[in-house]
Amino acid sequence: MSTAADSSPTSGERVVPNGPVWLFRDTATEATRHLIATWRNPDLLVFAAIQPIMFVVLFVYVFGGSIAVPGFASYEQFVVPGIFAQTVVFGSAFTSIGIAEDMSKGFIDRLRTMPMYPSAVLIGRTVSDLMRNLFTFVIMLAVGLLVGFRLEGGLGAGLVATLLLLGFAYAFSWIQAYIGLSVRSVEAANSAGFIWMFPLTFVSSAFVPTESMPGWLQPIAVNNPFTIVTNATRALYNGSPPGNDLWVAIAWAIGIIVVFATMSFRKYSATSG
Amino acid sequence: MPAVVAEGLEKRFGETRALCGVDFKIERATVLGVLGPNGAGKTTAVRILTTLLRPDGGRAWIDGIDVVAEPRRARARIGVTGQYAAVDERLTGFENLQLVGRLFHMTPAEARRRAGEMLDRFSLDEAGGRVVKGYSGGMRRRLDIAMSLIAEPSVLFLDEPTTGLDPRSRLEMWDVIDGLVADGTTLLLTTQYLDEAERLADEIVVIDHGSVIAQGTAAQLKARSGGDRVEVTLGDVAALGRVAGLLAGFAQPGVAETIDEAARSVTVPVATTERIVPSVVRSLDDAGIEVLDVVVRRPTLDDVFLQLTGHRAEDPEPTEDPSVVDPSDTAAKPVPR
Repeated sequence: MSTAADSSPTSGERVVPNGPVWLFRDTATEATRHLIATWRNPDLLVFAAIQPIMFVVLFVYVFGGSIAVPGFASYEQFVVPGIFAQTVVFGSAFTSIGIAEDMSKGFIDRLRTMPMYPSAVLIGRTVSDLMRNLFTFVIMLAVGLLVGFRLEGGLGAGLVATLLLLGFAYAFSWIQAYIGLSVRSVEAANSAGFIWMFPLTFVSSAFVPTESMPGWLQPIAVNNPFTIVTNATRALYNGSPPGNDLWVAIAWAIGIIVVFATMSFRKYSATSG
Repeated sequence: MPAVVAEGLEKRFGETRALCGVDFKIERATVLGVLGPNGAGKTTAVRILTTLLRPDGGRAWIDGIDVVAEPRRARARIGVTGQYAAVDERLTGFENLQLVGRLFHMTPAEARRRAGEMLDRFSLDEAGGRVVKGYSGGMRRRLDIAMSLIAEPSVLFLDEPTTGLDPRSRLEMWDVIDGLVADGTTLLLTTQYLDEAERLADEIVVIDHGSVIAQGTAAQLKARSGGDRVEVTLGDVAALGRVAGLLAGFAQPGVAETIDEAARSVTVPVATTERIVPSVVRSLDDAGIEVLDVVVRRPTLDDVFLQLTGHRAEDPEPTEDPSVVDPSDTAAKPVPR
């Protein structure tokens, strides 16, 4: 790859910059594009916030009375971290929809013909979706606190739990990025991005203890990475030691990012055909 | 050094050979029109030149930069506008332009200044602050081209810039392209419209089934397809066959007549135009055929295409019978001039 220095200075010559500073700048430019758009369409943000609020309220008041989980002072201490986890993971689906939209409108092709860093397109997208997720999380936390959820583990552990959740959701954004690059339409991205997340988040410890499930389902639920991340954050929010779950959850997040980011970069750069 | 060189470009998709060795070049500050029907390979060629597609064979250079070996350097020198306006409709026109400027690595101030200039140049200054979602089709295309030009590329690629536009927007787009040409932009334009290639391009490459079948200026291509035409229009479709038989007697040797049922006309290239109209009228009269019109005209690019390929340029598919033209496709009729 050559640098600006050896290209002849004809008219219209633009530098083709290399290096982390330029990667960062291209990424920031792309992330800004999506953040401006989100800001312009606050209805999307409102809907992104309404669903988790509904979930918190429904679960706590509808099931709260009938479900008692051993080891937890109240159902909200048990279920609210599960809803947090489900919501941020569902939030990652915006990545596949957004990328599919850019693809179908030919915008990705435009970006592919520009001298920017190709990886900045995907990193910018996932980072802006992380910001959106952070916003949703803040609203959810506020609602959780209103219905009686408490950070029993203190602020420090609560912060670690929150970072773990957002990191895990960020990892899922990369799965979604790959899906978005693979499907042929926005509608397909919508289904392909969401459908598998229902079993993933419900066959887990998010809403009920895994021990209450039928025997054949338990091994799946227990080993589900979503269960592991839920258990780790739930322990941290409730002030009990997360044990190995914390490290296994971090390993899952890193593993998913490495595998799916690599696959997505390849898919993005692979000139079709 | 030419701005663009394509040499033996080949591309296959599965069993289909989209390009089978395409060569052309574009001199600086000229317009190359790549003309061909749907599926001829025009877009494939453009996608290879713009680094979106890797060729299976052959090479291509932009300003001497190999597009396969150094795609990012090549990208710094091109602007691309595809068949669909690639704009972010969630942003304003200004923001779209600014974004592209930034991704071409302008400073924030330069990106803002250039964005303003482009809005002005493409008569979008009033709409510049509005979200693109509310733009008309023509405005989106203009914004799309403005985005492709903001970094002053040395070559601009316009892939079917007027496909799907209503006639008014099409004329508007021609004006925009005229402006680009006047400014000395090097341009590759693909089109399935003969009048468009004729009007906008300095040099025309005709592609059919992935191969270049003719190349030259519009005048050269017309000269190649022989001399003037006699076109006879009838009131009654049924007589077309008999008229074709009669006209064959006036035709240049070895050239077939064209029957257009939709237009109820028969066209034939003639060796000489001297006293041709009276002779044709007399022989038709003798045969008792009622004629609406007999004209002598210069060949159009449509005639050229028909002669080279056996089908019309704007047919979506090559039909079994080249004389059958979809009556709804009014653009397929040659325009008498």
